[in-house]
Amino acid sequence: MMDWLYTFIVEPLSYDFMQRALLVAILVGAVSAALSCFLVLKGWSLMGDAISHAVLPGIVLAYVVGLPIAIGAFVAGLFAAISTGYLKDNSRIKEDTAMGIVFTGMFAVGLVLFSRIETDQHLSHILFGDMLGVTWGDLIETAVIAGVTLLIVLTKRRDFLLYAFDPQHARAIGLPVKLLHYGLLALLSITIVASLKAVGIILVVAMLIAPGAIGFLLAKRFETMLVIAMSVAIASGVLGTLISYSINGATGPCIVLIQAGVFLLALLFAPGSGLLRRRAAPGTHAAGLPIAP
Amino acid sequence: MTLTANVPHESWNPVPQPSLEVEGVTVAYPNGNVALRDASFGLGAGTIAGLVGVNGSGKSTLFKAIMGFVQPIAGEVRIAGMPVREALKRNLVAYVPQAEEVDWNFPVLVEDVVMMGRQGHMGFFRIPSAKDRELVDQSLARVGMTEYRKRQIGELSGGQKKRVFLARALAQQGRIMLLDEPFTGVDVQTETAIIDLMRELRGQGHLMLVSTHNLGSVPDFCDQVVLVNRTVLAAGPTAEVFTQSNLEQAFGGVLRHFQLAGSDLHDDKEDTRRVTVLTDDERPVVFYGENGSKPASPSKPQDDK
Repeated sequence: MMDWLYTFIVEPLSYDFMQRALLVAILVGAVSAALSCFLVLKGWSLMGDAISHAVLPGIVLAYVVGLPIAIGAFVAGLFAAISTGYLKDNSRIKEDTAMGIVFTGMFAVGLVLFSRIETDQHLSHILFGDMLGVTWGDLIETAVIAGVTLLIVLTKRRDFLLYAFDPQHARAIGLPVKLLHYGLLALLSITIVASLKAVGIILVVAMLIAPGAIGFLLAKRFETMLVIAMSVAIASGVLGTLISYSINGATGPCIVLIQAGVFLLALLFAPGSGLLRRRAAPGTHAAGLPIAP
Repeated sequence: MTLTANVPHESWNPVPQPSLEVEGVTVAYPNGNVALRDASFGLGAGTIAGLVGVNGSGKSTLFKAIMGFVQPIAGEVRIAGMPVREALKRNLVAYVPQAEEVDWNFPVLVEDVVMMGRQGHMGFFRIPSAKDRELVDQSLARVGMTEYRKRQIGELSGGQKKRVFLARALAQQGRIMLLDEPFTGVDVQTETAIIDLMRELRGQGHLMLVSTHNLGSVPDFCDQVVLVNRTVLAAGPTAEVFTQSNLEQAFGGVLRHFQLAGSDLHDDKEDTRRVTVLTDDERPVVFYGENGSKPASPSKPQDDK
Protein backbone atom coordinates (compact mmCIF):
# COMPACT_ATOMS: atom_id res chain seq x y z
CA MET A 1 0.00 0.00 0.00
CA MET A 2 2.71 2.46 1.01
CA ASP A 3 4.62 1.46 -2.06
CA TRP A 4 1.68 2.16 -4.22
CA LEU A 5 1.07 5.56 -2.63
CA TYR A 6 4.73 6.35 -3.13
CA THR A 7 4.75 5.57 -6.84
CA PHE A 8 1.35 7.20 -7.38
CA ILE A 9 1.92 10.48 -5.51
CA VAL A 10 5.41 11.07 -4.16
CA GLU A 11 7.47 9.96 -7.11
CA PRO A 12 5.68 12.11 -9.72
CA LEU A 13 5.91 15.11 -7.41
CA SER A 14 9.67 14.89 -7.42
CA TYR A 15 9.67 15.99 -11.03
CA ASP A 16 9.50 19.69 -11.93
CA PHE A 17 7.22 19.15 -14.88
CA MET A 18 4.75 17.20 -12.74
CA GLN A 19 4.65 19.95 -10.13
CA ARG A 20 3.88 22.48 -12.84
CA ALA A 21 1.30 20.17 -14.41
CA LEU A 22 -0.50 19.74 -11.09
CA LEU A 23 -0.53 23.47 -10.43
CA VAL A 24 -1.89 24.19 -13.90
CA ALA A 25 -4.54 21.50 -13.51
CA ILE A 26 -5.68 23.08 -10.24
CA LEU A 27 -5.74 26.62 -11.64
CA VAL A 28 -7.50 25.73 -14.87
CA GLY A 29 -9.93 23.48 -13.04
CA ALA A 30 -10.88 26.16 -10.53
CA VAL A 31 -11.41 28.98 -12.99
CA SER A 32 -13.23 27.01 -15.65
CA ALA A 33 -15.46 25.41 -13.00
CA ALA A 34 -16.48 28.81 -11.65
CA LEU A 35 -17.40 29.98 -15.13
CA SER A 36 -19.10 26.72 -16.03
CA CYS A 37 -21.70 27.36 -13.32
CA PHE A 38 -22.83 30.51 -15.11
CA LEU A 39 -22.64 28.92 -18.55
CA VAL A 40 -24.78 25.98 -17.53
CA LEU A 41 -27.38 28.25 -15.92
CA LYS A 42 -27.41 30.76 -18.75
CA GLY A 43 -27.75 28.04 -21.40
CA TRP A 44 -24.39 29.01 -22.90
CA SER A 45 -22.67 25.63 -22.73
CA LEU A 46 -22.00 25.61 -26.44
CA MET A 47 -20.70 29.16 -26.34
CA GLY A 48 -17.57 27.72 -24.73
CA ASP A 49 -17.33 25.23 -27.58
CA ALA A 50 -17.73 27.97 -30.17
CA ILE A 51 -15.21 30.35 -28.65
CA SER A 52 -12.61 27.67 -28.05
CA HIS A 53 -12.64 26.62 -31.71
CA ALA A 54 -12.69 30.19 -32.91
CA VAL A 55 -9.44 31.09 -31.14
CA LEU A 56 -7.32 29.05 -33.58
CA PRO A 57 -6.95 31.74 -36.29
CA GLY A 58 -6.12 34.23 -33.53
CA ILE A 59 -3.30 32.01 -32.32
CA VAL A 60 -1.78 31.64 -35.79
CA LEU A 61 -2.12 35.32 -36.68
CA ALA A 62 -0.65 36.43 -33.36
CA TYR A 63 2.32 34.19 -34.09
CA VAL A 64 2.75 35.74 -37.55
CA VAL A 65 2.58 39.32 -36.22
CA GLY A 66 4.74 38.47 -33.23
CA LEU A 67 2.17 39.25 -30.53
CA PRO A 68 1.71 37.05 -27.48
CA ILE A 69 -0.46 34.12 -28.48
CA ALA A 70 -2.83 34.80 -25.60
CA ILE A 71 -3.79 38.19 -27.03
CA GLY A 72 -4.53 36.81 -30.48
CA ALA A 73 -6.62 34.04 -29.01
CA PHE A 74 -8.54 36.44 -26.77
CA VAL A 75 -9.39 38.83 -29.59
CA ALA A 76 -10.49 35.99 -31.88
CA GLY A 77 -12.64 34.44 -29.14
CA LEU A 78 -14.34 37.70 -28.36
CA PHE A 79 -14.87 38.37 -32.05
CA ALA A 80 -16.63 35.01 -32.40
CA ALA A 81 -18.91 35.72 -29.43
CA ILE A 82 -19.83 39.21 -30.58
CA SER A 83 -20.42 38.28 -34.20
CA THR A 84 -22.63 35.40 -33.09
CA GLY A 85 -24.72 37.84 -31.06
CA TYR A 86 -24.84 40.28 -33.97
CA LEU A 87 -25.99 37.60 -36.42
CA LYS A 88 -28.70 36.45 -34.03
CA ASP A 89 -30.04 39.96 -33.46
CA ASN A 90 -29.89 41.17 -37.02
CA SER A 91 -30.94 38.25 -39.14
CA ARG A 92 -33.54 35.53 -39.18
CA ILE A 93 -30.96 32.95 -38.09
CA LYS A 94 -31.28 31.44 -34.62
CA GLU A 95 -28.46 31.61 -32.11
CA ASP A 96 -27.28 27.99 -32.33
CA THR A 97 -27.09 28.20 -36.11
CA ALA A 98 -25.22 31.50 -36.02
CA MET A 99 -22.81 30.04 -33.47
CA GLY A 100 -22.24 26.92 -35.55
CA ILE A 101 -21.43 28.89 -38.68
CA VAL A 102 -19.15 31.40 -36.97
CA PHE A 103 -17.08 28.90 -35.03
CA THR A 104 -16.66 26.30 -37.77
CA GLY A 105 -15.83 29.09 -40.21
CA MET A 106 -13.19 30.57 -37.94
CA PHE A 107 -11.80 27.14 -37.04
CA ALA A 108 -11.43 26.39 -40.76
CA VAL A 109 -9.65 29.69 -41.32
CA GLY A 110 -7.32 28.77 -38.48
CA LEU A 111 -6.61 25.32 -39.94
CA VAL A 112 -5.89 26.71 -43.41
CA LEU A 113 -3.58 29.38 -41.99
CA PHE A 114 -1.89 26.80 -39.81
CA SER A 115 -1.19 24.51 -42.74
CA ARG A 116 0.27 27.38 -44.80
CA ILE A 117 2.41 29.02 -42.14
CA GLU A 118 5.43 27.61 -40.39
CA THR A 119 5.06 27.91 -36.63
CA ASP A 120 6.82 26.38 -33.68
CA GLN A 121 3.48 25.09 -32.37
CA HIS A 122 2.20 21.56 -32.75
CA LEU A 123 -1.38 21.37 -33.88
CA SER A 124 -2.05 18.45 -31.59
CA HIS A 125 -0.83 20.49 -28.62
CA ILE A 126 -3.17 23.33 -29.48
CA LEU A 127 -6.07 20.95 -29.94
CA PHE A 128 -5.50 18.63 -27.01
CA GLY A 129 -3.10 20.47 -24.75
CA ASP A 130 0.30 19.53 -23.48
CA MET A 131 0.00 19.59 -19.74
CA LEU A 132 3.33 17.92 -19.07
CA GLY A 133 5.11 20.41 -21.32
CA VAL A 134 3.98 23.48 -19.41
CA THR A 135 6.87 25.88 -18.68
CA TRP A 136 7.21 28.18 -15.66
CA GLY A 137 6.36 31.09 -18.00
CA ASP A 138 3.15 29.35 -19.10
CA LEU A 139 2.34 28.63 -15.51
CA ILE A 140 2.70 32.26 -14.46
CA GLU A 141 0.58 33.44 -17.37
CA THR A 142 -2.14 30.93 -16.50
CA ALA A 143 -1.96 31.85 -12.83
CA VAL A 144 -2.37 35.58 -13.52
CA ILE A 145 -5.31 35.08 -15.89
CA ALA A 146 -7.00 32.52 -13.65
CA GLY A 147 -6.48 34.67 -10.56
CA VAL A 148 -7.92 37.85 -12.09
CA THR A 149 -10.84 35.98 -13.68
CA LEU A 150 -11.69 34.18 -10.45
CA LEU A 151 -11.51 37.43 -8.52
CA ILE A 152 -13.96 39.15 -10.88
CA VAL A 153 -16.33 36.20 -11.15
CA LEU A 154 -16.45 35.57 -7.42
CA THR A 155 -16.86 39.19 -6.31
CA LYS A 156 -19.52 39.94 -8.94
CA ARG A 157 -21.17 36.52 -8.77
CA ARG A 158 -24.47 37.89 -7.48
CA ASP A 159 -24.81 40.23 -10.44
CA PHE A 160 -23.89 37.54 -12.96
CA LEU A 161 -26.31 35.17 -11.27
CA LEU A 162 -29.15 37.67 -11.35
CA TYR A 163 -28.41 38.42 -15.00
CA ALA A 164 -28.55 34.71 -15.81
CA PHE A 165 -31.71 34.14 -13.77
CA ASP A 166 -33.81 37.12 -14.75
CA PRO A 167 -32.26 39.64 -17.16
CA GLN A 168 -35.43 41.74 -17.15
CA HIS A 169 -35.30 42.23 -13.41
CA ALA A 170 -31.56 42.87 -13.64
CA ARG A 171 -32.31 45.67 -16.06
CA ALA A 172 -35.27 46.92 -14.05
CA ILE A 173 -33.08 47.49 -10.99
CA GLY A 174 -30.51 49.31 -13.06
CA LEU A 175 -27.75 46.71 -13.36
CA PRO A 176 -25.48 47.22 -16.40
CA VAL A 177 -26.76 44.17 -18.29
CA LYS A 178 -24.73 44.84 -21.45
CA LEU A 179 -21.56 45.01 -19.39
CA LEU A 180 -22.49 41.79 -17.58
CA HIS A 181 -23.25 40.06 -20.88
CA TYR A 182 -20.04 41.03 -22.66
CA GLY A 183 -18.04 40.81 -19.45
CA LEU A 184 -19.03 37.16 -19.08
CA LEU A 185 -18.10 36.53 -22.73
CA ALA A 186 -14.73 38.22 -22.26
CA LEU A 187 -14.04 36.21 -19.10
CA LEU A 188 -14.99 33.06 -20.98
CA SER A 189 -12.61 33.89 -23.82
CA ILE A 190 -9.72 34.65 -21.50
CA THR A 191 -10.36 31.48 -19.49
CA ILE A 192 -10.15 29.44 -22.66
CA VAL A 193 -6.87 31.17 -23.45
CA ALA A 194 -5.55 30.32 -20.00
CA SER A 195 -6.59 26.68 -20.38
CA LEU A 196 -5.22 26.21 -23.90
CA LYS A 197 -1.75 25.12 -22.91
CA ALA A 198 -3.03 22.60 -20.41
CA VAL A 199 -6.05 20.92 -21.96
CA GLY A 200 -6.27 22.34 -25.47
CA ILE A 201 -9.08 23.77 -27.55
CA ILE A 202 -11.18 20.63 -27.75
CA LEU A 203 -11.09 19.47 -24.16
CA VAL A 204 -11.51 22.87 -22.53
CA VAL A 205 -15.14 22.62 -23.57
CA ALA A 206 -15.58 19.71 -21.18
CA MET A 207 -13.95 21.64 -18.34
CA LEU A 208 -16.38 24.48 -19.02
CA ILE A 209 -19.49 22.31 -18.86
CA ALA A 210 -19.06 19.21 -16.70
CA PRO A 211 -18.28 20.84 -13.29
CA GLY A 212 -21.22 23.24 -13.59
CA ALA A 213 -23.52 20.42 -14.65
CA ILE A 214 -22.43 18.33 -11.66
CA GLY A 215 -23.00 21.25 -9.28
CA PHE A 216 -26.38 21.91 -10.86
CA LEU A 217 -27.49 18.32 -10.28
CA LEU A 218 -26.38 18.27 -6.65
CA ALA A 219 -27.19 21.75 -5.33
CA LYS A 220 -30.35 23.62 -4.42
CA ARG A 221 -28.52 26.87 -4.00
CA PHE A 222 -26.03 28.70 -6.19
CA GLU A 223 -23.24 29.03 -3.62
CA THR A 224 -23.34 25.29 -3.02
CA MET A 225 -23.29 24.66 -6.75
CA LEU A 226 -20.19 26.83 -7.09
CA VAL A 227 -18.36 25.06 -4.26
CA ILE A 228 -19.22 21.61 -5.61
CA ALA A 229 -18.20 22.51 -9.16
CA MET A 230 -14.86 23.95 -8.10
CA SER A 231 -14.02 21.11 -5.72
CA VAL A 232 -14.86 18.47 -8.31
CA ALA A 233 -12.80 20.25 -10.96
CA ILE A 234 -9.75 20.69 -8.72
CA ALA A 235 -9.92 17.12 -7.43
CA SER A 236 -10.29 15.63 -10.89
CA GLY A 237 -7.47 17.87 -12.12
CA VAL A 238 -5.08 16.49 -9.51
CA LEU A 239 -6.28 12.92 -9.80
CA GLY A 240 -6.31 12.98 -13.61
CA THR A 241 -2.77 14.33 -13.78
CA LEU A 242 -1.45 11.69 -11.37
CA ILE A 243 -3.26 8.91 -13.19
CA SER A 244 -2.01 10.07 -16.56
CA TYR A 245 1.53 9.88 -15.17
CA SER A 246 1.16 6.41 -13.79
CA ILE A 247 -0.55 4.97 -16.87
CA ASN A 248 1.57 7.11 -19.19
CA GLY A 249 -1.56 8.43 -20.96
CA ALA A 250 -2.63 11.86 -22.20
CA THR A 251 -3.32 14.20 -19.27
CA GLY A 252 -6.20 16.35 -20.52
CA PRO A 253 -8.40 13.41 -21.50
CA CYS A 254 -7.72 11.73 -18.13
CA ILE A 255 -9.07 14.79 -16.30
CA VAL A 256 -12.09 15.04 -18.57
CA LEU A 257 -12.82 11.34 -18.13
CA ILE A 258 -12.88 11.68 -14.36
CA GLN A 259 -15.24 14.65 -14.61
CA ALA A 260 -17.51 12.69 -16.92
CA GLY A 261 -17.49 9.82 -14.40
CA VAL A 262 -18.44 12.14 -11.54
CA PHE A 263 -21.20 13.59 -13.68
CA LEU A 264 -22.59 10.13 -14.28
CA LEU A 265 -22.55 9.38 -10.55
CA ALA A 266 -24.31 12.68 -9.82
CA LEU A 267 -26.90 11.93 -12.45
CA LEU A 268 -27.64 8.56 -10.90
CA PHE A 269 -27.43 9.38 -7.21
CA ALA A 270 -28.28 13.08 -6.80
CA PRO A 271 -30.50 13.54 -3.72
CA GLY A 272 -34.11 13.93 -4.75
CA SER A 273 -33.61 14.00 -8.50
CA GLY A 274 -31.09 11.20 -9.10
CA LEU A 275 -32.31 8.62 -11.60
CA LEU A 276 -31.65 5.69 -9.28
CA ARG A 277 -32.84 7.52 -6.18
CA ARG A 278 -36.18 8.19 -7.77
CA ARG A 279 -36.71 4.57 -8.62
CA ALA A 280 -35.46 3.29 -5.28
CA ALA A 281 -37.73 5.45 -3.17
CA PRO A 282 -41.00 6.08 -4.96
CA GLY A 283 -42.60 7.57 -1.85
CA THR A 284 -40.21 10.49 -1.58
CA HIS A 285 -40.64 13.59 -3.64
CA ALA A 286 -38.84 14.26 -6.88
CA ALA A 287 -37.56 17.75 -7.60
CA GLY A 288 -40.19 19.92 -9.18
CA LEU A 289 -43.13 18.41 -7.36
CA PRO A 290 -44.66 20.46 -4.57
CA ILE A 291 -44.46 18.96 -1.13
CA ALA A 292 -47.50 19.20 1.06
CA PRO A 293 -46.80 21.68 3.85
CA MET B 1 -49.46 46.20 7.76
CA THR B 2 -45.99 47.59 7.46
CA LEU B 3 -45.23 51.01 6.16
CA THR B 4 -41.89 50.03 4.70
CA ALA B 5 -43.04 50.69 1.18
CA ASN B 6 -43.22 54.38 2.03
CA VAL B 7 -39.74 54.75 3.39
CA PRO B 8 -37.43 56.44 0.88
CA HIS B 9 -34.37 54.42 -0.14
CA GLU B 10 -31.99 57.23 0.60
CA SER B 11 -32.99 59.94 2.98
CA TRP B 12 -30.98 62.55 1.07
CA ASN B 13 -32.57 61.53 -2.18
CA PRO B 14 -36.33 61.79 -1.75
CA VAL B 15 -38.46 59.43 -3.82
CA PRO B 16 -40.32 61.29 -6.52
CA GLN B 17 -44.05 60.83 -6.93
CA PRO B 18 -44.64 57.89 -9.23
CA SER B 19 -45.93 58.71 -12.68
CA LEU B 20 -45.69 57.17 -16.10
CA GLU B 21 -45.87 59.04 -19.39
CA VAL B 22 -45.85 57.22 -22.71
CA GLU B 23 -45.80 59.67 -25.60
CA GLY B 24 -46.13 58.67 -29.23
CA VAL B 25 -44.09 55.50 -28.76
CA THR B 26 -43.47 53.43 -31.89
CA VAL B 27 -41.55 50.17 -31.63
CA ALA B 28 -40.30 48.18 -34.61
CA TYR B 29 -38.40 44.88 -34.44
CA PRO B 30 -35.37 44.15 -36.66
CA ASN B 31 -37.49 41.99 -38.96
CA GLY B 32 -39.46 45.13 -39.83
CA ASN B 33 -42.52 44.20 -37.81
CA VAL B 34 -44.02 47.31 -36.19
CA ALA B 35 -45.33 45.99 -32.88
CA LEU B 36 -46.61 49.28 -31.55
CA ARG B 37 -47.43 52.51 -33.36
CA ASP B 38 -47.79 55.97 -31.84
CA ALA B 39 -48.90 54.75 -28.41
CA SER B 40 -49.67 57.42 -25.81
CA PHE B 41 -51.09 57.44 -22.30
CA GLY B 42 -50.30 58.81 -18.87
CA LEU B 43 -50.78 57.46 -15.34
CA GLY B 44 -50.33 59.06 -11.93
CA ALA B 45 -49.77 58.03 -8.32
CA GLY B 46 -52.22 55.79 -6.46
CA THR B 47 -53.40 53.92 -9.50
CA ILE B 48 -54.08 50.37 -10.57
CA ALA B 49 -54.22 50.43 -14.34
CA GLY B 50 -55.20 47.46 -16.45
CA LEU B 51 -53.28 47.00 -19.67
CA VAL B 52 -55.85 45.18 -21.73
CA GLY B 53 -55.37 43.53 -25.08
CA VAL B 54 -55.39 40.10 -26.69
CA ASN B 55 -52.22 38.08 -27.17
CA GLY B 56 -49.98 39.70 -29.76
CA SER B 57 -51.57 43.13 -29.37
CA GLY B 58 -48.33 44.70 -28.15
CA LYS B 59 -48.79 44.48 -24.39
CA SER B 60 -45.40 42.92 -23.77
CA THR B 61 -43.77 45.26 -26.27
CA LEU B 62 -45.18 48.18 -24.31
CA PHE B 63 -43.76 46.68 -21.10
CA LYS B 64 -40.39 46.24 -22.76
CA ALA B 65 -40.44 49.83 -23.97
CA ILE B 66 -41.28 51.09 -20.48
CA MET B 67 -38.35 49.15 -19.04
CA GLY B 68 -35.99 50.22 -21.80
CA PHE B 69 -35.62 46.67 -23.11
CA VAL B 70 -36.45 47.88 -26.60
CA GLN B 71 -35.66 51.35 -27.90
CA PRO B 72 -38.65 53.07 -29.49
CA ILE B 73 -37.89 54.35 -33.00
CA ALA B 74 -40.14 57.30 -32.20
CA GLY B 75 -41.65 58.78 -29.07
CA GLU B 76 -40.56 58.73 -25.47
CA VAL B 77 -41.27 57.08 -22.13
CA ARG B 78 -40.82 59.10 -18.96
CA ILE B 79 -40.99 57.57 -15.50
CA ALA B 80 -41.56 59.97 -12.60
CA GLY B 81 -40.54 62.72 -15.01
CA MET B 82 -37.19 61.04 -15.76
CA PRO B 83 -35.84 59.14 -18.75
CA VAL B 84 -36.21 55.36 -18.33
CA ARG B 85 -32.52 54.72 -17.70
CA GLU B 86 -32.32 57.12 -14.80
CA ALA B 87 -35.56 55.88 -13.27
CA LEU B 88 -34.26 52.30 -13.38
CA LYS B 89 -30.96 53.36 -11.78
CA ARG B 90 -32.95 54.83 -8.92
CA ASN B 91 -34.83 51.57 -8.45
CA LEU B 92 -38.22 53.14 -9.11
CA VAL B 93 -39.57 50.32 -11.24
CA ALA B 94 -40.37 46.82 -10.01
CA TYR B 95 -41.26 44.11 -12.47
CA VAL B 96 -43.22 40.93 -11.81
CA PRO B 97 -42.58 38.52 -14.69
CA GLN B 98 -44.82 35.91 -16.23
CA ALA B 99 -44.30 32.39 -14.92
CA GLU B 100 -43.14 31.15 -18.34
CA GLU B 101 -40.25 33.58 -18.37
CA VAL B 102 -38.66 32.05 -15.29
CA ASP B 103 -36.36 29.02 -15.26
CA TRP B 104 -37.84 27.16 -12.30
CA ASN B 105 -34.93 24.68 -12.17
CA PHE B 106 -32.57 27.46 -11.18
CA PRO B 107 -30.68 26.72 -7.95
CA VAL B 108 -32.15 29.57 -5.91
CA LEU B 109 -34.30 29.46 -2.80
CA VAL B 110 -37.42 31.52 -2.25
CA GLU B 111 -35.54 33.91 0.03
CA ASP B 112 -32.74 34.28 -2.54
CA VAL B 113 -35.24 35.45 -5.13
CA VAL B 114 -36.77 37.99 -2.76
CA MET B 115 -33.29 39.21 -1.84
CA MET B 116 -32.71 39.90 -5.54
CA GLY B 117 -35.21 42.72 -5.11
CA ARG B 118 -32.71 44.41 -2.80
CA GLN B 119 -29.69 43.88 -5.02
CA GLY B 120 -29.91 47.28 -6.69
CA HIS B 121 -29.71 48.91 -3.26
CA MET B 122 -26.59 47.05 -2.16
CA GLY B 123 -22.98 48.19 -2.40
CA PHE B 124 -20.24 46.97 -4.74
CA PHE B 125 -19.88 43.53 -3.19
CA ARG B 126 -23.65 43.04 -2.98
CA ILE B 127 -23.58 42.00 0.64
CA PRO B 128 -27.06 42.24 2.21
CA SER B 129 -27.36 44.66 5.12
CA ALA B 130 -29.53 44.16 8.19
CA LYS B 131 -32.12 46.41 6.55
CA ASP B 132 -32.11 44.27 3.41
CA ARG B 133 -32.72 41.14 5.48
CA GLU B 134 -35.49 42.80 7.41
CA LEU B 135 -37.24 43.94 4.22
CA VAL B 136 -37.00 40.41 2.82
CA ASP B 137 -38.57 39.03 6.00
CA GLN B 138 -41.34 41.59 5.87
CA SER B 139 -42.06 41.07 2.19
CA LEU B 140 -42.23 37.29 2.61
CA ALA B 141 -44.61 37.72 5.52
CA ARG B 142 -46.75 40.13 3.57
CA VAL B 143 -47.43 37.60 0.81
CA GLY B 144 -47.73 34.73 3.29
CA MET B 145 -44.64 32.83 2.11
CA THR B 146 -42.48 32.92 5.23
CA GLU B 147 -42.71 29.20 5.89
CA TYR B 148 -41.57 28.40 2.35
CA ARG B 149 -38.48 30.59 2.39
CA LYS B 150 -36.00 27.70 2.29
CA ARG B 151 -37.69 25.95 -0.63
CA GLN B 152 -36.09 25.81 -4.04
CA ILE B 153 -38.39 27.82 -6.33
CA GLY B 154 -39.29 24.84 -8.51
CA GLU B 155 -40.92 23.15 -5.52
CA LEU B 156 -43.75 25.69 -5.33
CA SER B 157 -47.26 25.74 -6.77
CA GLY B 158 -48.28 28.27 -9.42
CA GLY B 159 -49.83 30.66 -6.92
CA GLN B 160 -46.88 30.42 -4.54
CA LYS B 161 -44.45 31.15 -7.37
CA LYS B 162 -46.35 34.31 -8.18
CA ARG B 163 -46.29 35.37 -4.54
CA VAL B 164 -42.53 35.00 -4.40
CA PHE B 165 -42.04 37.40 -7.28
CA LEU B 166 -44.56 39.77 -5.77
CA ALA B 167 -42.52 39.69 -2.56
CA ARG B 168 -39.42 40.51 -4.59
CA ALA B 169 -41.16 43.58 -6.01
CA LEU B 170 -42.21 44.61 -2.49
CA ALA B 171 -38.67 44.19 -1.18
CA GLN B 172 -37.39 46.34 -4.01
CA GLN B 173 -39.69 49.15 -2.87
CA GLY B 174 -40.18 50.38 -6.40
CA ARG B 175 -43.22 52.62 -6.35
CA ILE B 176 -44.04 51.82 -9.95
CA MET B 177 -44.89 48.17 -10.45
CA LEU B 178 -45.33 46.37 -13.73
CA LEU B 179 -47.17 43.06 -13.41
CA ASP B 180 -47.23 40.81 -16.46
CA GLU B 181 -50.31 38.58 -16.44
CA PRO B 182 -50.29 38.08 -12.66
CA PHE B 183 -53.43 35.94 -12.63
CA THR B 184 -52.39 33.30 -15.14
CA GLY B 185 -52.05 29.86 -13.60
CA VAL B 186 -52.94 31.13 -10.15
CA ASP B 187 -55.49 29.77 -7.67
CA VAL B 188 -58.46 31.90 -6.62
CA GLN B 189 -57.02 32.45 -3.15
CA THR B 190 -53.81 33.88 -4.57
CA GLU B 191 -55.75 36.01 -7.03
CA THR B 192 -57.70 37.56 -4.16
CA ALA B 193 -54.51 38.00 -2.15
CA ILE B 194 -52.79 39.74 -5.07
CA ILE B 195 -55.73 42.08 -5.62
CA ASP B 196 -55.90 42.91 -1.90
CA LEU B 197 -52.19 43.65 -1.84
CA MET B 198 -52.45 45.87 -4.91
CA ARG B 199 -55.27 47.85 -3.31
CA GLU B 200 -53.15 48.29 -0.20
CA LEU B 201 -50.24 49.55 -2.31
CA ARG B 202 -52.56 51.89 -4.19
CA GLY B 203 -53.58 53.32 -0.84
CA GLN B 204 -49.90 54.06 -0.24
CA GLY B 205 -49.60 55.92 -3.53
CA HIS B 206 -48.04 53.22 -5.72
CA LEU B 207 -48.63 53.09 -9.45
CA MET B 208 -49.36 49.62 -10.82
CA LEU B 209 -49.69 48.66 -14.45
CA VAL B 210 -51.16 45.18 -14.80
CA SER B 211 -51.28 43.45 -18.14
CA THR B 212 -54.09 40.97 -18.44
CA HIS B 213 -56.25 39.26 -20.98
CA ASN B 214 -58.56 38.21 -18.18
CA LEU B 215 -61.23 40.75 -19.03
CA GLY B 216 -63.72 39.80 -16.36
CA SER B 217 -61.47 40.82 -13.49
CA VAL B 218 -60.60 44.24 -14.92
CA PRO B 219 -63.54 46.31 -13.59
CA ASP B 220 -63.01 44.50 -10.31
CA PHE B 221 -59.66 45.99 -9.39
CA CYS B 222 -58.59 48.51 -12.04
CA ASP B 223 -59.42 52.18 -11.67
CA GLN B 224 -57.76 53.00 -14.99
CA VAL B 225 -57.69 51.00 -18.21
CA VAL B 226 -55.32 51.17 -21.17
CA LEU B 227 -56.76 49.40 -24.21
CA VAL B 228 -54.08 48.12 -26.56
CA ASN B 229 -54.21 46.75 -30.05
CA ARG B 230 -50.98 47.61 -31.90
CA THR B 231 -51.45 51.10 -30.48
CA VAL B 232 -53.23 52.59 -27.47
CA LEU B 233 -56.85 52.73 -28.56
CA ALA B 234 -58.16 54.35 -25.41
CA ALA B 235 -56.92 55.13 -21.91
CA GLY B 236 -58.61 56.58 -18.88
CA PRO B 237 -60.92 55.75 -15.97
CA THR B 238 -62.35 52.26 -16.16
CA ALA B 239 -65.97 53.41 -16.29
CA GLU B 240 -65.28 55.53 -19.38
CA VAL B 241 -62.88 53.29 -21.25
CA PHE B 242 -63.90 49.75 -20.38
CA THR B 243 -67.19 49.89 -22.24
CA GLN B 244 -68.89 47.38 -24.44
CA SER B 245 -68.55 49.52 -27.55
CA ASN B 246 -64.82 50.20 -26.94
CA LEU B 247 -64.12 46.53 -26.32
CA GLU B 248 -66.04 45.48 -29.40
CA GLN B 249 -64.17 48.06 -31.40
CA ALA B 250 -60.84 46.95 -30.04
CA PHE B 251 -61.37 43.23 -30.22
CA GLY B 252 -64.09 42.73 -32.78
CA GLY B 253 -63.48 39.49 -34.58
CA VAL B 254 -60.82 38.41 -32.08
CA LEU B 255 -62.86 37.76 -28.97
CA ARG B 256 -65.70 35.35 -28.71
CA HIS B 257 -68.86 37.33 -28.61
CA PHE B 258 -72.11 36.02 -27.21
CA GLN B 259 -75.42 37.77 -27.07
CA LEU B 260 -78.41 36.52 -25.18
CA ALA B 261 -81.63 38.34 -25.87
CA GLY B 262 -85.30 37.98 -26.71
CA SER B 263 -86.87 34.61 -26.14
CA ASP B 264 -83.54 33.04 -25.22
CA LEU B 265 -83.42 35.26 -22.20
CA HIS B 266 -86.90 36.42 -21.33
CA ASP B 267 -90.39 35.00 -21.45
CA ASP B 268 -91.65 38.47 -22.26
CA LYS B 269 -90.83 39.00 -25.93
CA GLU B 270 -91.12 42.75 -25.58
CA ASP B 271 -88.18 42.93 -23.18
CA THR B 272 -85.22 44.37 -25.17
CA ARG B 273 -82.56 43.94 -22.49
CA ARG B 274 -79.61 41.80 -23.58
CA VAL B 275 -76.72 40.00 -21.96
CA THR B 276 -73.42 40.32 -23.87
CA VAL B 277 -70.46 38.15 -23.03
CA LEU B 278 -66.99 38.96 -24.40
CA THR B 279 -64.24 36.48 -23.73
CA ASP B 280 -60.73 35.70 -24.87
CA ASP B 281 -60.65 32.23 -23.42
CA GLU B 282 -62.83 29.21 -23.74
CA ARG B 283 -66.54 29.33 -24.29
CA PRO B 284 -68.22 30.47 -21.12
CA VAL B 285 -71.23 28.59 -19.87
CA VAL B 286 -74.07 30.93 -18.97
CA PHE B 287 -76.94 29.87 -16.74
CA TYR B 288 -80.19 31.71 -16.54
CA GLY B 289 -83.42 31.03 -14.67
CA GLU B 290 -84.91 30.55 -11.22
CA ASN B 291 -82.54 27.81 -10.07
CA GLY B 292 -79.95 28.10 -12.80
CA SER B 293 -80.89 24.66 -14.06
CA LYS B 294 -81.23 25.45 -17.70
CA PRO B 295 -78.30 26.79 -19.65
CA ALA B 296 -79.19 29.85 -21.69
CA SER B 297 -79.51 28.24 -25.06
CA PRO B 298 -77.45 30.12 -27.63
CA SER B 299 -74.04 29.01 -26.47
CA LYS B 300 -72.83 29.39 -30.01
CA PRO B 301 -70.83 32.48 -30.80
CA GLN B 302 -72.61 34.89 -33.08
CA ASP B 303 -71.08 36.96 -35.77
CA ASP B 304 -71.29 40.52 -34.64
CA LYS B 305 -71.12 41.99 -38.12
